[in-house]
Amino acid sequence: MAKVKDVLVDPIFNNNPITLQVLGICSALAVTTKMDTALVMSVAVVGVIMSSNFFVSVLRNQIPTNIRIIVQLTLIASLVIVVDQILKAYLFEMSKQLSVFVGLIITNCIIMGRAEAYAMQNPPVMSLVDGIGNGLGYGAILMGTAFLRELFGSGSLFGTQVLPLATEGGWYTPNGLMVLSPGAFFIIGFFIWAVRVWKPEQNESE
Amino acid sequence: MHASVPYHLWFSAAVCVVCAVFVSSSAVLLRERQVVNQALDMQRNVLLATGLATDDEQLSREDVEARFAKIRQIVINLRTGEEASEIDTATFDQRIATADVSKSREAQPNNAGLRRIANHALVYELREANDKLDLVVLPVRGLGLWGMLYGFIALDADLKTIHGLTFYEHKETPGLGGEVDNPRWKALWSGRQAFDASAEPTIEVIKGLAGPARDDPHRVDGLAGATMTSRGVTNLLQFWLGSDGFGPYLDVLRRRMEI
Repeated sequence: MAKVKDVLVDPIFNNNPITLQVLGICSALAVTTKMDTALVMSVAVVGVIMSSNFFVSVLRNQIPTNIRIIVQLTLIASLVIVVDQILKAYLFEMSKQLSVFVGLIITNCIIMGRAEAYAMQNPPVMSLVDGIGNGLGYGAILMGTAFLRELFGSGSLFGTQVLPLATEGGWYTPNGLMVLSPGAFFIIGFFIWAVRVWKPEQNESE
Repeated sequence: MHASVPYHLWFSAAVCVVCAVFVSSSAVLLRERQVVNQALDMQRNVLLATGLATDDEQLSREDVEARFAKIRQIVINLRTGEEASEIDTATFDQRIATADVSKSREAQPNNAGLRRIANHALVYELREANDKLDLVVLPVRGLGLWGMLYGFIALDADLKTIHGLTFYEHKETPGLGGEVDNPRWKALWSGRQAFDASAEPTIEVIKGLAGPARDDPHRVDGLAGATMTSRGVTNLLQFWLGSDGFGPYLDVLRRRMEI
């Protein structure tokens, strides 16, 4: 049982796909200007990564080695299209805001990375747990980044105004950098720094 | 056995079939809801163009429908500009009509990337209590960089001043051309003049910054890094506001106002 917990929790801090492996950065920059888009994106990625890990793992002994990558990609792509369809049906506004980034989950290195590195060697249930763990690790950084970007970039959280804006008679002048992609670079950089100060074993040896 | 060629073929075929069935059944099952959402989104965009709704408002389905009820929908004949009362506004779909050879015609050569034009168009009028025209909303479309831009332009009662412009569907690059649906850019359109003194459409998206609407009424800021999309917006507006587009209809409205 301890192992299940490790597989689930490890990717959140000890082996986070974004802060340690620096994967999945593209979408982390693109969808983190607002917390609600980041949340939907996180949920979508958790959904895709856990199911892709599960199915790849179920088929792992049948997939011919020569074509394993394209088989993984086919599975992932199908799952992503279905997630996109579901968003269009139930969260239309959100799917318009996320635009191509839902489709781009296909190219998120975290998902293929986990399929190739974990699901190909481990049984289905553990792969599922590993998928959830990595999805949550990705989601945690996304939500943290979105929290800071939305708070300082728009003075709001989940769309609710927290800091009264100067343009609307308040005192807070929003930081334009936070709304732009470079803002996310800085924040993710600070996260990586913070995690490595807290857990020095993550530093690369010099 | 896993290394044999027939096994590779058999396995990949099986994966493809299973995935295809999975994807297509989800698309078919969710289609109905998606269609409803799209229709609602179009209505919301008409509201955005008129200013009856704003971009940061969260509108429920009932809100959209209640506000939309104030707007009169009319199917017009694009060539004559007169109302085509024989066509039901509820069932008329301009895109289907455009693709249907019997309901559309070949477009004159144009810069907006349009090959066919429907004979009819669904327009929206907002009128005051005494039937005086307040706003008119026209559907526009044209080629951007990657695909068709679909949107609405609202004109004030003088039929010259742009009230608002929105795009509800496009395939432009997010962050560059995709900024056509950025509320701050869309806000720049309000108050610009669509036509010059001789009633030719002159509104233009330029490279760089345009002045405020009062001093620089015929030009709008370009989108940074999106020359092709900006040009597409110029072309599509000049087409649809011109004589091959809604020109005849605008003439009819003008004549009616003079009486």
